[in-house]
Amino acid sequence: MGRVVVEVMPKPEILDPQGKAVVGALPRLGFTQFTSVRQGKRFELEVEGDVTPEVLAAAQEAAETLLSNPIIEDVVNVFDASQVDA
Amino acid sequence: MAAELDGARIGVITFPGTLDDRDAQRAVRLAGATPVALWHADADLHGVDAVVIPGGFSYGDYLRAGAISSFAAAMTSVADAAQGGMPVLGICNGFQILTEAHLLPGSMMKNDHLHFICREQVLVVENNTTAWTNRYELGQRITVPLKNQDGQYVADERTLDELEGEGRVVFRYDGWNPNGSRRNIAGITNERGNVVGLMPHPEHAVEAGFGPDSSDGTRQGTDGLTFFTSVLSTLLHA
Repeated sequence: MGRVVVEVMPKPEILDPQGKAVVGALPRLGFTQFTSVRQGKRFELEVEGDVTPEVLAAAQEAAETLLSNPIIEDVVNVFDASQVDA
Repeated sequence: MAAELDGARIGVITFPGTLDDRDAQRAVRLAGATPVALWHADADLHGVDAVVIPGGFSYGDYLRAGAISSFAAAMTSVADAAQGGMPVLGICNGFQILTEAHLLPGSMMKNDHLHFICREQVLVVENNTTAWTNRYELGQRITVPLKNQDGQYVADERTLDELEGEGRVVFRYDGWNPNGSRRNIAGITNERGNVVGLMPHPEHAVEAGFGPDSSDGTRQGTDGLTFFTSVLSTLLHA
């Protein structure tokens, strides 16, 4: 079984309200060194068999059409999980 | 006019998690037309003359508000019909669905203050030539309920300039911007003026006794009804 990871982030020019709330909470736990937080999404797409170039291409297309909205988000990473976890 | 409009049939689509479909149907009926319940998984629009995509939290707002619904079978048919000029109105989650379906530009994100907001909101009518606003006066101030979490309208500067230049900003928030929307935009239209989307809820301000407060008294506001009488005028003159 193969697994493709897709990572999506809010566009840099878009203020991320969720990240802003998180950075506001960090100092309350003593984490005072972090000046900014941006919150994104990670998707894990599983397939039967190996992650072929075709599977990766399909994941890239899914990332751009459904998993992200290009107006507010960027697809920052699409990769074969086994190439990283191994 | 009522007799001529009895035949007008306006569809209201229900998705999993839609909340305001019954109120939209009621608004259609109060305006003098016949509401037709449509189901998201059914590509058949049953011959309706116009479509309302109501508010709510379709698919629990999973992924992004309106994202999964924008691929529903009914939405494919709505996109085709909209290309042909059929009046389409998206309210709140319906507006989010229309942007995700690329029938309207831009997108909605979480309110800048992060809170869910529910209030009576004053809007300024900036375009009274669309299929859904032609019975308003230009510059008229109307009061309708607003309730959302992901209501901040965003688009790049070029798109915003284009919308302004072409008069496609239909409503702006008056007095206070409740969600951080770019340029106080509350609602927009497509180039042809048949597709309109807005975050506030006209369908909740259509019947005295159940609407926002107005100069006539508590809960007497019916400013939203004009959306639905406007589309009947559009259909009558089509």
